[in-house]
Amino acid sequence: MTIDWFPLWLSLKVALLATALGLGFGLWIAYVLANRDFRGKEALDAAISLPLVLPPTVLGYYLLVLLGRVSPLGRLYETVVGQPLVFTWQAAVVAAALHSAPLLIKSARAAFESVDHTLERAALNLGASQWRVFWRVTLPLAQRSILAATALAFARSLGDFGVTIMIAGNIPGRTQTVAVAIYDAVESGNGALARTLVLVTSAVALLILWLANRVSPRTAAP
Amino acid sequence: MIQARIRKHFAAARESAAFTLDLDLSSGEGITVLFGPSGSGKTLTLDAIAGFLRPDEGRILLDDEILFDAAAGVHVPPQSRHCGYVFQNYALFPHMTLRENLEFAAERRPRLERHRRVGEMLEKFRLGEVAGRRPHEVSGGQKQRCSIARALIGGPKVLLLDEPARGLDAPLRAELYDVLRQVREDFRTPMILVTHDLEECFALGEEMLVLHDGRLAQSGPPRRILDQPATLEVAKMLGLYNLLQVEVRALDPARNTCRLKLEDHELTGPYLPGRLRGDRVWLYVRPEQLLAHPRDGKPGPNQVPARLARSAERPASVRLEFEGGFAVDVPRAEYERNKLVRDWTVEFPASVLRVL
Repeated sequence: MTIDWFPLWLSLKVALLATALGLGFGLWIAYVLANRDFRGKEALDAAISLPLVLPPTVLGYYLLVLLGRVSPLGRLYETVVGQPLVFTWQAAVVAAALHSAPLLIKSARAAFESVDHTLERAALNLGASQWRVFWRVTLPLAQRSILAATALAFARSLGDFGVTIMIAGNIPGRTQTVAVAIYDAVESGNGALARTLVLVTSAVALLILWLANRVSPRTAAP
Repeated sequence: MIQARIRKHFAAARESAAFTLDLDLSSGEGITVLFGPSGSGKTLTLDAIAGFLRPDEGRILLDDEILFDAAAGVHVPPQSRHCGYVFQNYALFPHMTLRENLEFAAERRPRLERHRRVGEMLEKFRLGEVAGRRPHEVSGGQKQRCSIARALIGGPKVLLLDEPARGLDAPLRAELYDVLRQVREDFRTPMILVTHDLEECFALGEEMLVLHDGRLAQSGPPRRILDQPATLEVAKMLGLYNLLQVEVRALDPARNTCRLKLEDHELTGPYLPGRLRGDRVWLYVRPEQLLAHPRDGKPGPNQVPARLARSAERPASVRLEFEGGFAVDVPRAEYERNKLVRDWTVEFPASVLRVL
């Protein structure tokens, strides 16, 4: 029998884009949370953690309401891009990003907070702008933790099921990601397909875990 | 030169009591030492000058530039202040080599000059051989020199040093003092150095500012402060004196003398202007200024009988601590001869009697 590899490629593409999206927004939010004091900071932190504790279908439902074709955001997207967001693979990217970003933000915040504050002061004192301090001092010192967290976030994006099925649906060849395809294969009694996808996905996940462990900072470093 | 008049209140927090920093100080050429015990506000003062701490009130001037003015709402950010800062633990960037640390600090200079300048500084601070190593691969002295070179490379108008000798052993400390004296000669950058080590004040400081509980208690050349502490607090902080409470019994301006009562004994000292008979004052006298002999007959003028409580070895002498709460340093030979003697006579020479 021939195996349709489309779900795997789609999942990798979605996970990659979702992780990139998460990194872009996540690093910025994490940096602000770690370095600025403002009212409602801990409330924002709690709100960001919500996707970690909400059942994925509940998160998916909220997204459906927020981004559906009748919602203002959904309509804005439709006007700009020319097609609706929900039930496309782009929706799967949003789903995966929302599902994995909290993990990234939490780890990145901890990483930024663990950077010796004196070093950032020293850099400022030497005339560096905030921006340069971030790129040349804070980020390089936090990068190992952030890379490890990114790998984990990527793995989590790869495996999202609940949120994806709620807002991207299960359209074979268009929005069917690997997690959804496995469920579909089991449901329709296609054991061989399910087994193959499960094994390949497990291998990818293990590889990512191995990478994450390799880059994460050794605790005993001098 | 720095002129600062600042006030900053810190409310009591879970792990700290309320604290107010309220200072009016200025520093000029050479090395100014900020001396005081932990928690007296020394580092906060440096932070306010460098711009890491925003005072509630006041004004900070560096040469003729206003760095901070509460009334006018001026607060120049740290990156524009041109204050070199040598942090307590060097704060070298651990992911950069020593050369890269210097390059980072020189980036404001034009490219060509930058390269030359980094080379010069590596040379001057004897870091050429280890320039390609990371901070954790070099010795404490090299880290120390690198952090000073890094703070100087941008040509700061003032160099702030936060306890640079803390945790250094004696040889490294001596090396640091040499480096700082060299910096004073070669760069002519005024320095403000925070320390709680009195020897450091004398080794380096032209001018000394004594901080106590967030306030400036006294300022002046170290020698003058040592000879004449302004208050009892300063005298206690210096930790060098026998502090004894005495009563003024008589004042004789004609003969330029006074008589002081120390417990049951009378001491004659120089006349005390501005004091009245019956005043209770603090006598401060250093242990090495007193003389002690085994008791032999009746005590003469300015001699007080005393019972030895304890003796302690010092590098160059032996410190005898007496039951009256004062100590005398005697030469080792003198002590060895009278090791078993308990009863001594302590002489307070009239010329060393000063009061607060």
